[in-house]
Amino acid sequence: MDKIHSHRQVAAIKHSLFDQGYLDEQFIQLEELQDDANPNFVEEIVTLYYRDSSRLISNLDHTLERNPLDFNKLDTLMHQFKGSSSSIGAKRVKAECTLFREYCRARNGEGCRRSFQQMKKEYATLRKKLETYFQLARQAGPLETAYRPK
Amino acid sequence: MESKKSEGESSRSRISALVVDDDAIIRKIHKAMLQQVFNMDAKSVKDGKEAVDLHRCGANFDIIFMDKEMPIMDGHEATKELRGMGVKSMIVGITTRADEKDREEFLAAGSNHCFEKPLNRAKVEQVLHDHPNFPF
Repeated sequence: MDKIHSHRQVAAIKHSLFDQGYLDEQFIQLEELQDDANPNFVEEIVTLYYRDSSRLISNLDHTLERNPLDFNKLDTLMHQFKGSSSSIGAKRVKAECTLFREYCRARNGEGCRRSFQQMKKEYATLRKKLETYFQLARQAGPLETAYRPK
Repeated sequence: MESKKSEGESSRSRISALVVDDDAIIRKIHKAMLQQVFNMDAKSVKDGKEAVDLHRCGANFDIIFMDKEMPIMDGHEATKELRGMGVKSMIVGITTRADEKDREEFLAAGSNHCFEKPLNRAKVEQVLHDHPNFPF
């Protein structure tokens, strides 16, 4: 029964990620690519995303410190971040990336800084929730083991 | 449009696909989807120039999924190059913003379709549905 309870917990966390708008349909598409041959596909992709995101956020931080701001470079960096965020279904992060790019195009430095802070918050929250989700999913094990007869 | 098939390939049932994107995550996801969901023989490169160079070396693909904004050579530039070389593959442009200008640029360069990221099952199905005789 513990296994069943664990799986229910994992399912509940996943539901809340969608209900609260952190993830979108793209995450489900990733899960559909996970199979026996690629049992950790989603977590591998998300781990790549974390690595990529850390690099991009650091580059964005440094670029935002410059004076005058290089809006083209900021836009290019955020374009990359938006692309990888949308590919894992990071809905809220993606929305902030879009807003940031609009501020870049408008050459609005203050808007860029505000949006970047918000984007970092959304990313940090999502990352924490996903780390919890994957940790519980690993502990719960494959779904079929929850129902294996004794 | 006709894909050039050698004698050895005439009995091939799998569609060959090339994913062109500078983002490693996106290359991994798109390749996995094309292979697992659509049973395509999928390869990937990281920018438009690599895609062009691959074709100059004689590679040929039934379908190319081409990102728009890439370093070294953009997607629409690579599309123009490939069409200029006589490449007849179906080219699907992938953009990161719902911008009509990006779409027009891709289509003007010679792509067959253009979608906003991310590429997903429904979009690939739409391409295959719109071209029932594909591969040509």
